[in-house]
Amino acid sequence: MFAAVLLGGAVVSVWIMLGAFSVAVVVGLFMALVASTRNRPLRFLVTCYVEVFRNVPALTQLFIIYFGLAQIGLRLQPIPAAIIGLGLGGGALLTEVFRAGIEALHHGQREAALAVGMTPLMAVRHIILPQAWRIVLPPLGNYSMSLLKETSVASAIAAPEIMFYARQLVTRTFETPLIYSMTAFLYLAMCLPIGRLVARLERGSRSWQ
Amino acid sequence: MSATSPPGAAAPRATPAVSRQGDAAVVTIEDLYKNFGSLEVLKGIDLAIAWGEKVAIIGPSGSGKSTLLRCVNYLEVPTRGHIYLEGELFGERLVDGRHVRMSERELASQRKHIGMIFQSFYLWPHLTARENVAIAPEKVFGLPRKAALELADTMLAKVHLAEKRDAFPERLSGGQQQRVAIARALAQEPKVILFDEPTSALDPELVGEVLKVIEELAAEGRSMMLVTHEIRFAQNVADRVVFIDHGVIVEQGPPAEVIRRPSHERTRSFLSQLLQDG
Ligand SMILES: Nc1ncnc2c1ncn2[C@@H]1O[C@H](COP(=O)(O)OP(=O)(O)OP(=O)(O)O)[C@@H](O)[C@H]1O
Ligand SMILES: [Mg+2]
Repeated sequence: MFAAVLLGGAVVSVWIMLGAFSVAVVVGLFMALVASTRNRPLRFLVTCYVEVFRNVPALTQLFIIYFGLAQIGLRLQPIPAAIIGLGLGGGALLTEVFRAGIEALHHGQREAALAVGMTPLMAVRHIILPQAWRIVLPPLGNYSMSLLKETSVASAIAAPEIMFYARQLVTRTFETPLIYSMTAFLYLAMCLPIGRLVARLERGSRSWQ
Repeated sequence: MSATSPPGAAAPRATPAVSRQGDAAVVTIEDLYKNFGSLEVLKGIDLAIAWGEKVAIIGPSGSGKSTLLRCVNYLEVPTRGHIYLEGELFGERLVDGRHVRMSERELASQRKHIGMIFQSFYLWPHLTARENVAIAPEKVFGLPRKAALELADTMLAKVHLAEKRDAFPERLSGGQQQRVAIARALAQEPKVILFDEPTSALDPELVGEVLKVIEELAAEGRSMMLVTHEIRFAQNVADRVVFIDHGVIVEQGPPAEVIRRPSHERTRSFLSQLLQDG
């Protein structure tokens, strides 16, 4: 009975995680590419974004997005708010991850691509990203696991995920040890497969070295 | 050597394999200057490469040879001066009589006609030899994948590496990597190939195989600009040798003259230095 309720929460946790992960990857990739251009004002904006989101706790960010924006008339549902909040925070982290991945490549890789007549965008798509992918895969895996755990902060804005239900059940039934161990077990059961998946991707991505 | 006059309105917009426009040069470098910050690297280079001509560029380290080649295909943007490919303004357009830089897209569509060989090969390590060669024909020139791969096989055969087509660069020797890089440039069907010290990063025993391939290409009548320290090679392959020092052309002429009977003191001391070392 508890299990059914918690499982329902787990599904929501996974949705928040997948949503936030997608937002973080898109934002992070975009910011990293902007950061690799020569446009100084744009690069400065990226730095500001990264520093702000990296140095403010996820819970504070969530409160600003959920309660703060509501004050100025932008009322988000808890789940979208959690996805956006965690996604933007993760985007800041992944900006650094992707930037490091791109910078790890020798500049000659890009020059050779331009020399055969690729546009800068084609060079990114066919030459830079496929190589950076291998570099960023392990940190990306770590990030996705910590993100799944971090979705628990969404309970603070009443997103109906695992921790939210767990706390509800505890206040109602006082079965504290049982409920929280089940919760812990669920997180474990969700995180382990992610680790496996990443390890598989690492092996599966064509080896050239 | 004076610069050819900039071709004006008569030149139509570039289309691939446009006619040679009479006897115009394949590459014309006009009044080229390049600064990096306050460092003046090129100080007024005028040079025209005729169709089928092989021009060797020699000069001391830091004299601006690489920068010159990189300006020809706009990997470096000249500080002043202009480049023409087949008489057509390269990397720039004339708007109301003023030179304006092209968009990256337009530039790419011009650059695809120029092959470039780098000192350190710069093969793409995530692609096999065959894919390294096929990717530009497919993605840039729009060939179907199958045709691009077949073209790659043909080009790899030309550099005597047909059997290595499925190897990743990591598994190839330096000489083999450089030959794949040459095949990659050939697959562009370039109007001119720029070689920047193609053998300088190689172990001595691997230099010969690469020079041999370049000689074969030269014999096909291709247009080339070759930065090299291999004086003997330059003498054998080049139609003209250009000696550059401190960003200016000091002297140029047939190899027999420039290398055997240099008329400038700077050329003489550079050559004797080189012969001592090598
Ligand atoms: N991107 C750059 N930024 C700043 N300075 C540069 C850059 N590229 C080249 N230079 C400088 O320009 C000068 C000429 O460099 P270049 O590579 O053209 O010489 P080179 O004749 O090719 O020399 P080498 O024989 O050693 O290859 C050098 O002093 C070099 O340090
Ligand atoms: Mg050089």
